[in-house]
Amino acid sequence: MSTTTDAPAPDQGFRLNQLIYDTRYRSMTIQIVALIVLLTFFGWLINNTIENLEALGKDFDFGFLGQRAGYDINQVLIPYDSGSTHGRAALVGILNTLLVAVLGCILATVVGVLAGVLRLSKNWVVGRLMTVYVEAFRNIPLLLWIILIFALMTEATPQPRAFLVDESGNADASMLLWDSVAITNRGVFIPAPVGGAAAWFVVGVFLASIAAIFLWRRYAVKKLLDEGKVVPTLLPSILLFFVPTLVVFFLLGRPISLAYPELGGFNFNGGIQVRNSLVALWLALSLYTGAFIAEIVRGGILAISKGQTEAAYALGLRSGVTMRLVILPQALRVIIPPLISQYLNLTKNSSLAIAVGYMDVRSTLGGITINQTGKELEGMLLLGLFYLLISLLISGAMNIYNNRVKLKER
Amino acid sequence: MKTSVLFGALTVAGLAAGTASAQTLADVQEAGVLDCGVATGLTGFASPNAAGEWEGFDVSFCRAVAAAVLDDPMAVNFVPTTGQTRFTALASGEVDLLARNTTWTFSRDVDLGFEFVGVNYYDGQGFMVPRELGVTSARDLDGATVCIQTGTTTELNLADYFRVNNISYEPVPVETNAEAQQQYLANACDVYTTDASGLAATRATFENPGDHVILPEIISKEPLGPLVRHGDNQWGDIARWTLNALIAAEELGVTSANVAELAEGTDNPEINRLLGTEGDLGAMFGLDSDWAQRAIAAVGNYGEIFEQNIGESTPIGLARGLNAQWTEGGLLYSPPFR
Repeated sequence: MSTTTDAPAPDQGFRLNQLIYDTRYRSMTIQIVALIVLLTFFGWLINNTIENLEALGKDFDFGFLGQRAGYDINQVLIPYDSGSTHGRAALVGILNTLLVAVLGCILATVVGVLAGVLRLSKNWVVGRLMTVYVEAFRNIPLLLWIILIFALMTEATPQPRAFLVDESGNADASMLLWDSVAITNRGVFIPAPVGGAAAWFVVGVFLASIAAIFLWRRYAVKKLLDEGKVVPTLLPSILLFFVPTLVVFFLLGRPISLAYPELGGFNFNGGIQVRNSLVALWLALSLYTGAFIAEIVRGGILAISKGQTEAAYALGLRSGVTMRLVILPQALRVIIPPLISQYLNLTKNSSLAIAVGYMDVRSTLGGITINQTGKELEGMLLLGLFYLLISLLISGAMNIYNNRVKLKER
Repeated sequence: MKTSVLFGALTVAGLAAGTASAQTLADVQEAGVLDCGVATGLTGFASPNAAGEWEGFDVSFCRAVAAAVLDDPMAVNFVPTTGQTRFTALASGEVDLLARNTTWTFSRDVDLGFEFVGVNYYDGQGFMVPRELGVTSARDLDGATVCIQTGTTTELNLADYFRVNNISYEPVPVETNAEAQQQYLANACDVYTTDASGLAATRATFENPGDHVILPEIISKEPLGPLVRHGDNQWGDIARWTLNALIAAEELGVTSANVAELAEGTDNPEINRLLGTEGDLGAMFGLDSDWAQRAIAAVGNYGEIFEQNIGESTPIGLARGLNAQWTEGGLLYSPPFR
């Protein structure tokens, strides 16, 4: 009964052609062959590189990171001078990259969400304006925007000398906001906060009150859900934001003051100089990526069934509230995954910084250092590794957030 | 079986790729064109003219080598390179010769694996400022914003000079001379610093050159010269002796006008050896005996090249200075042709 068909073939042992003709083994054979081919290819690539480096008389060595850099960098977030090492210069560049990436991601998100929501507006003018913005920025290369904004900032703004007051009391240009901000063709000069140890106490109180606002809001939601009581949030939030910090500030005798930029010599001194290169790069990156984010946001909102809006209206919610409480939280689930890749794009695109002389890691490690030491391969490998790491970090963090907002399926 | 064939093929390909860069002369002659790296545009040294043809001091050297090697001064493919891209372009074989105001330094010669074939312009780094600033010395530049071409020796000299003199400055890195010019004219920087010859060349293209002064301080030695890759001595010799031939021609009074006449034979054996009517120097590095004659006929001797492109009769108006013949108090001194 059990031996009707498919009698087990007489055991002939394992034959070599089974590797190709026997479906049990075939897929494994193919995979192993593919793996060998791939490894051979990489082996050849590495071998070829080593041989060519030898032919050029170059060694593979990261020792240059410890040598004196010898060049200056204009925007430094950590102490650095021309006597520091190439490694330190790379670190300065990395911090500059991170600075513009973080600033860019924040502004791009704000711009993108606003433009995405407004593009769906029933107001014809607003909707079309946003269409123009999105299409213009999405369809013109980023490099052009960076250079355009930079050129505008250098050509259309006054030079520092224009702020000089002549004998008759006139100047070609004047500072804004009660003589505190100067917009020049070398950058925007803003007052810098200065303070001693007591200043940090004020900052601590401020951070604590921000945390308190969040706790209060969470408490209000809990109260609403558990007991159905409406606890006011707006007024306490405003009070928490201002009162404790101001009280401490004045109690400690105003430990934080502002250092205003002042014209002296060739340039403004004091205050903080936000260089045009940073501003141009930041604005261009944000507006460019913001246009993509706007489309993602619009797509996310359109993905939410119209029934949700109608249901919210039926409950008597107004359109603004509907958007904020009903549509956007659901749309986030659609928005977050593509948003991650936009953040990654922005960070990687910041390597166009050299076009306007912004000293990011591509300009320091990947530019001047490579040029002065001739370590192209090592420098580019390090640079690649950095961008890889930072991209993985960003997507890791965003994935955690995505897991929190995504639909919980049980 | 199949994989081992593949292995073999890949190894052969790998070896071939590894050793394919020794015979530059043969490669150039086979291609029929010389790939020459030049600046992206520096009037007087290397820039395209109204007809789109490259011309200038560095360009002439490329043409001289092409005339010597290929018998055609126009058979040059000019590859514009920035301060940052030039060395990679040469090392990777994208260009056969780099004639781009490149300063001869120890580490470039030894560590980067290049060979400087001589000095075609003795330069030094200077500063240019708008006249209305009223600055008369580089020491007055405390706090100034300085435009520099990134990836050059000027960047390092600048850092050293300001450090030694204990004055502060704000560097504005730019990629090319054109960009620096735009930034400087927009007053986005107070000072532009580069080799003094480059400053003069840049200033000559301004609408009002008189509104800008070049400060008296020369803060570095910048011997500029053409360079080739290490490891191909024959090619290096050809480039070196083409440069020497141009310099020697000026010393011996051979010009593009009289070279054909002198090539028929003279009483001066040195001229005869240079122009190939006596001995056979060209054969020693794989060229025919007329190589130097062709180079001189194509672009003229060193003095002619200088006068035509950057000399006192041009808008750039550079004096010979250190770049005069050794017989006239300069540093140009070609080893003898024998």
